[in-house]
Amino acid sequence: MSFSEASPLRRYLLCCGLLVAFGVAKLPFEHALTRDLHAAHFLQYQLNLDVRAQVGQMGFVAALSGYRAVVADYLWIKNYEAWTRTEWGRMKFLMDAVTMLQPRAMTFWDDAAWHMAWNAGVAARENPHEPSELLRMKAEREYIETGERYLLEGIKHNPDRARLYERLGDLYARKMFDHCRAAEAYAQAAAHPDAMPYVKREGAFELAKCPGHEREAYDLLMRLYRLSERERVPTLLRLIERFQTELNIPAEERVDITEDLKKGTPQ
Amino acid sequence: MTTQVSARATKHRTFSFGRVSAIASNTILELIRLKVFYILVLFALAVIASSLFQAKITFQDQFQILKDVSLGAMSIFTWLLATLSTAMLLPKDIEDRTLYTILAKPVPRFEYLLGKLLGVMVMLLLAIVLMSAMMVVVLYLRETVVAADEVAQTPPEFRAQRLAEVRASAFNPNLIPGVLVVYIKAVVIATVTLLISTFSSSWIFTIFISTAVTLIGHLQATAREVWMDQQVHGFFTGLFTAAIAILFPDLQVFSLVDDIAVGTAVPLILFVKAFGLGTTYIVMYFVVAYFSFASREL
Repeated sequence: MSFSEASPLRRYLLCCGLLVAFGVAKLPFEHALTRDLHAAHFLQYQLNLDVRAQVGQMGFVAALSGYRAVVADYLWIKNYEAWTRTEWGRMKFLMDAVTMLQPRAMTFWDDAAWHMAWNAGVAARENPHEPSELLRMKAEREYIETGERYLLEGIKHNPDRARLYERLGDLYARKMFDHCRAAEAYAQAAAHPDAMPYVKREGAFELAKCPGHEREAYDLLMRLYRLSERERVPTLLRLIERFQTELNIPAEERVDITEDLKKGTPQ
Repeated sequence: MTTQVSARATKHRTFSFGRVSAIASNTILELIRLKVFYILVLFALAVIASSLFQAKITFQDQFQILKDVSLGAMSIFTWLLATLSTAMLLPKDIEDRTLYTILAKPVPRFEYLLGKLLGVMVMLLLAIVLMSAMMVVVLYLRETVVAADEVAQTPPEFRAQRLAEVRASAFNPNLIPGVLVVYIKAVVIATVTLLISTFSSSWIFTIFISTAVTLIGHLQATAREVWMDQQVHGFFTGLFTAAIAILFPDLQVFSLVDDIAVGTAVPLILFVKAFGLGTTYIVMYFVVAYFSFASREL
């Protein structure tokens, strides 16, 4: 019996059977592709109840329907408004949602960390409503640590790019004054092909401030000195000069920085 | 000689691309004449162009928001176009009695349905080309402004690098796979809508069900992973997740466009696989749509 001769019920059953057969056949391919995409850092976002609470029902439905980037941008603009009113708590609430929706957007992690560690941190330290200096310092410390958490979480989602490692180095160097960890973060940033050219130098400067690593720092500074004339900035030259004395570097191994210093900062 | 020519002319071929293209070109004309096409495309172009101004109000990486808004608008409007235009195709032909005129001639239903789908595909391609052109123009204009600012503000030794970064952040070839993914997703949705319209009695029902399928399609991956990794408890829960995993397309795969917008380069092999999966869905739902349409009493 041909398809056209079959009863309507039989024909509809055949269609359903066909749909199920195709559906089962596609499953392994879909499953493998999703795994490949996750392995390549795609589709890492989380749509859980926290996000639902943060974006509202409509926003959540939009995010579920494949418009999470647009929802994230909308929330980011809301975050900007909150920033102009210095509503730090609301900003954190919104930034958590944005980074959950778009974990591969480094700029969100970067700015979230900057807002917390720099802007909110300073605001907490200079809070006129808090008379206790100790509590102000504690609040500042907490905001800085929140900024650090954003960067560390961002790095988990973007381990293949330099920018967040560099920002982590900045945070350790300028806010937490942990020069050893700063040097490590800059070194990790410099290992990426998209790192800015000054990052390696920043790492060497931070290593120079890390107790017990003076020899290592000197070797790195010398490597940079020999790498290119463009690396011979005054800070690098002064550090080399200092370590040559402190580490008792033999005269024949020393470099004379006088001429380089005369040339000034390389352009 | 004359007898031979007339015999060749009257010989009916099982499949004729000429007939399919005639139906497809007629469908394109029908769709382009619809006001909804112009309204949606114009609205999409307006949204993409407005992102030029939205980018100015934030201190944020301007290009990211610009690309997100542009690709988001393309995704929303191609989805709307795919659903609305495909849902109206068959009911309109039935209402106008055009369907009976066509099928009364030696035109197989397969060719009729294929012609309709091809017509929608071309219309979607046209819309996406227009929207992409607008996105490129907007990105170029923004790039010109940002590049001028960078030249003025950056020390000469870093200028070349900053300009290269600005150019890389603006339009880069990574966006092309993103646009293609948006297109293939819209065609998948159009094919699913076509399948629904083959058994549906009203276009409102078709639009409603197609929208539901699109929404569920974005959750199919979750249901599939839960079911395939055997994390379900209870027979009915298992049956429900299995039904979703089997019957619905995985539209989440096409959400990789959001990652492309933030600068993640999609490896060629992954893009080919995602495109291949989209093509498989189109073929699969079209074949089922044909059998459903062939079963329909007209």
